[in-house]
Amino acid sequence: MVPLDGNQELTISQWEVFKDRIGRSWYRFRRNPTSITGASMVLLVIFLAIIAPYVTPFPHHAGAFTDLPNAFQEPGKTHWFGTDEMGRDLFTRVIFGYRISLMLAIIVLGISVPIGIFLGLTAGYFGGKIESIIMRTTDIFLALPPLVMALAICAAFTPTIEKAMLAIASIWWTWHCRLVHGITKSIVTEDFVQASRVIGDSHFRIIYKDILPNCVSAIIVKITLDAGFVILVGAGLSFLGLGAQPPKSDLGTMISYGAQYLPMRWWTTIFPSLAILFLILGFNLLGDGLRDMLDVESEGV
Amino acid sequence: MKFSQFLFRRLLYSILVLVGLSILIFIIARVLPGDPARLALGPFAPEEQVELLRQRMGMDQPLPLQYWNYITGLFRGDLSLSFQTRRNVALYLPATVELITMSILWVFLIGVPLGVLSGRYRDGWLDNLSRVISFVGVSVPPFVVGLFGQVIFSYILGIFPTTGRLSILTPKPPLVTGMYLVDSLIAGEFSTFINALRHIILPSFAVAVTGIGQITRITRAGIIDVSSKDYIESARAFGIPDRYVTFKYMLKPSFIAPMTILGLSFASQLGNAFLVETVFAWPGMAKYGINAILRKDFNAIMGVVLIIGLAFVLVNFIVDILAGYIDPRIRIQEETIEK
Repeated sequence: MVPLDGNQELTISQWEVFKDRIGRSWYRFRRNPTSITGASMVLLVIFLAIIAPYVTPFPHHAGAFTDLPNAFQEPGKTHWFGTDEMGRDLFTRVIFGYRISLMLAIIVLGISVPIGIFLGLTAGYFGGKIESIIMRTTDIFLALPPLVMALAICAAFTPTIEKAMLAIASIWWTWHCRLVHGITKSIVTEDFVQASRVIGDSHFRIIYKDILPNCVSAIIVKITLDAGFVILVGAGLSFLGLGAQPPKSDLGTMISYGAQYLPMRWWTTIFPSLAILFLILGFNLLGDGLRDMLDVESEGV
Repeated sequence: MKFSQFLFRRLLYSILVLVGLSILIFIIARVLPGDPARLALGPFAPEEQVELLRQRMGMDQPLPLQYWNYITGLFRGDLSLSFQTRRNVALYLPATVELITMSILWVFLIGVPLGVLSGRYRDGWLDNLSRVISFVGVSVPPFVVGLFGQVIFSYILGIFPTTGRLSILTPKPPLVTGMYLVDSLIAGEFSTFINALRHIILPSFAVAVTGIGQITRITRAGIIDVSSKDYIESARAFGIPDRYVTFKYMLKPSFIAPMTILGLSFASQLGNAFLVETVFAWPGMAKYGINAILRKDFNAIMGVVLIIGLAFVLVNFIVDILAGYIDPRIRIQEETIEK
């Protein structure tokens, strides 16, 4: 059955425009050494995290495990990154630590991005009172540094990694809300949106067909950069003892425990630190490359 | 829009945000935990004691009244008293202010020149280096910078002390502002000043790394943007020396962006302070806040978080006003947004 929808011939969906742009941008992405480096770093970490039980030499060291005679082994052939105070292999724990970091980014962004997009679209498209309420609320959330806000929320609960994820997610939607609101506001008066209105498209259809496609590039870039930033905040929470709890292999927790044994047992701190820097740097390089590729104007850093 | 009108509007807006923030913090600290008194005393405290603390906190009253008490307490200045230590947050403020001021200094002394040179000699070796620096700067956790700094400069090279604000044997300078660098200069104790300076260099740099990365990138982008403008071309065509063009004509317009982003940078510095003060055992407000969070001392937590929010809103207010004063277009923009 053909739906009664003559509109399709009158206005083309902005998704087509978006698809067209992606095709042309891919060339730019490939030619950019920064984005290729970033993409390789991130993909390598994701790959290692997925197959962690098969590539790490001592998978059972990832959780609670004690082998005190082997505590504080220096980095060498058996233990590439050395061992920690319980005699656990640090290389194994770093790779498993990536699982928690990536999970943190996925869950936090998975919760907060859709909420942010929805509220941003609503505020930008409808305007008026709804807009004021939503945007003033984001202003209040943005009046504190993300880490401080997350800390305050974490304080209200017994610390676990899940609580930390929820705490970060409950503030993170504001950034996406602001971004989407800005874009929506700037295109809602454009001719192609007005045209859809004139031919009687529903609000939902206009938002989905005309406005959302124009936000996608900026959202993709933001998500990539945010993944690094969220992992950074999560590592901070863990470092302060409010994130993942031992014996879980979490990079922030490992650094915080290792720091007690500086400078003699340097490997317990240095390797987890470099590992987390590697992942966050990867996301930032990739995000920057994507921004060049999709031609998104940078909003802040 | 007249400047006074713009000022008034911004002020009103800042107050609105602060009121909202106070409600939000109240919800987080009083409503979310369910029973803050029980949490503060731990699961094994006898019920009578918990009940006593509940009464002392005013928790037997209805929520709106509790909020009212908390706001009026704020103006009396007793809100931030901790349950356990009965100490005021304000005691810890100067150490953090000193740390963050110093780190803002780092951000501008390193970030702005690096960004200018990087944009000026685009794609040269300096540009590549500064791009690496700014990428690493925004990617590295500040506590990692702190720990690496301790290992390299304290343990291996022995240039800077590892922790604290002063060496144990050095007497504190007479209290005026609470900031040792300032107080020691007022008292004319030069050796104390040097001692305090050596203690602050590593932690303030660790706080600054994120900001250095951000400001470098923004300044670079600003310079690149400006350098293709017609008036720069014509200045060049007139034969005005290159250095003069860069610093006189290009730096000024591209300076508004780093200035407005100072607010963002300030936020990252405040957040970083929480991590860095822990690493360096810096007896500041952030360290106090962390202890309060670990002890579940909700009065102290509210105090710390509110002070940070206040500082942040204040800095952004000043930055907005300055930007609106320098660049009238921002005022006009605000007017059109409102419509």
